[in-house]
Amino acid sequence: MSTHDRGSTRENDVLDVAQPAPVPPPRRWVGRRVPVALLIPAALGLAFLVLPMAGLLIRAPWSTLPQRLAAPGVLTALRLSLLTATVATIVCVVLGVPLAWVLARVDFPGRRVVRALVTVPLVLPPVVGGVALLLVFGRRGLVGRWLDETFGITLPFTTTGVVIAEAFVAMPFLVIAVEGALRGADERYEEAAATLGAGRWTTFRRVTLPLVAPGVAAGAVLCWARALGEFGATITFAGNFPGRTQTMPLAVYLALEKDLDSAIVLSLILLAVSVTILASLRDRWINTP
Amino acid sequence: MRRGWARTALAALAAVTALVGVSGCGTDGSPQTTASSAGVTGAVTVFAASSLTDSFTQIGKDFEVANPGTHVTFNFAGSSALAQQINQGAPADVFASASPATMKQVTDAGNGDGDSMTFVKNQLVIAVPKGNPDRVVGLADLAKPGVKVALCAEQVPCGAAAKKALDAAGVALTPVTLEQDVRAALSKVKLGEVDAALVYRSDARSAAADVEGVEFPESAQAINDYLVIVLKEAPNKAAAQAFVAYVLSQRGRSVLTQAGFQAP
Repeated sequence: MSTHDRGSTRENDVLDVAQPAPVPPPRRWVGRRVPVALLIPAALGLAFLVLPMAGLLIRAPWSTLPQRLAAPGVLTALRLSLLTATVATIVCVVLGVPLAWVLARVDFPGRRVVRALVTVPLVLPPVVGGVALLLVFGRRGLVGRWLDETFGITLPFTTTGVVIAEAFVAMPFLVIAVEGALRGADERYEEAAATLGAGRWTTFRRVTLPLVAPGVAAGAVLCWARALGEFGATITFAGNFPGRTQTMPLAVYLALEKDLDSAIVLSLILLAVSVTILASLRDRWINTP
Repeated sequence: MRRGWARTALAALAAVTALVGVSGCGTDGSPQTTASSAGVTGAVTVFAASSLTDSFTQIGKDFEVANPGTHVTFNFAGSSALAQQINQGAPADVFASASPATMKQVTDAGNGDGDSMTFVKNQLVIAVPKGNPDRVVGLADLAKPGVKVALCAEQVPCGAAAKKALDAAGVALTPVTLEQDVRAALSKVKLGEVDAALVYRSDARSAAADVEGVEFPESAQAINDYLVIVLKEAPNKAAAQAFVAYVLSQRGRSVLTQAGFQAP
């Protein structure tokens, strides 16, 4: 499709930009053999990623699985994990998409520094991230002291604290994915909208956002997965108390102290639930052929 | 220059070969070394409970001085995690655990060489911020409303001991968090996030700049034995035995008692 077709002022046409081409050309594998130089490392890479999971599956205590699934605390931890990861993802989308837009579209001094700062939680060991959060949002922290004295709110050891820890660690994944999508998106659509009289906010809402929707979805999925598996920052900032701050990764860690089999079962539950959710979302939202 | 490069490469190769040779002799338990502690050499890898971090680091240094040619490396972590690592084949010479239960995981799996020995005991204290602002004098004070308490999770030794002590005192309290190890519980007191935590006396002493340890009588009901053992698959068994002997010796014990541990 050429940009000429997009000249129409009809809103639907503009939104169509985000849709993939209606009929993808049929793939022909005959005569297009995959080069060995790519195939072998690809196979090795896949094996490397999948084998540890196979290890869990092989070692799993299948005979006692039902009892272990019904053990008290398992469902509570799972529910808490899904809830906090989802809320953390929403927080990340609400704050992270605008941040990514600023980084990709606004030229300001120090942008490279800000971009590097955004990735700090990625390189910071999560436990250090948790300590840093305590120093800011803890009872004696920079912001936390004020929250405690003014409103009587303390964040550590609460479910809100879990969400904060997860959002802190997971947000860079969303920002980086969305910023990449924004930089890859064709800015001419935004310029066209501007020439047709749309303000920057309208352009963002009506043109940019639909254009990068797949990028936002991919970023949100990454963000959610990272939040779901979060351990270090959570246990450091939010502590560990069943029903309130004990998420699945924390339950797995503590189960590991006593009983390897329980830890494996808990890990498999978390894996199964997250893979199921991600696979179904992928089919519905991200129409990758 | 081509020849220059070749010479450098050869020299480097020779150096590497020499190094590998030396460390090889050290770690494969060469036949001439016997069980006697005299003349042991090579690397000793010690897996030790995290509460031993400060004192074992000191003991390791002393041991290296007393036995020239030895090199002690430590892997400090929670006893249970260490037991798992050893049972999954981690190459360790010595295991020092903070509880008989975790030591039993290793001996039950047949990974110990000989019997484990109790080398120190540790007792719980109530860690409170310096100055004891809440005036905590016993376990009952921890159950007061508004007092935030961190305990260790029951799965780890300090949590099991805390449960015993609280049961003995007949005190029921709801902690704000069940920490994964004793140092994590202690750091919550240091950071001021909780008002008190039940930790070992040795841990409270290690943080004496920020934390006070309040003794309480019921801790006598929950004394933790620390055990040490030479591992069956130890790559350097002679040096491992010498290290264990050193820990049990008067000199090793004095380092430990200074750190707040009790002699068994």
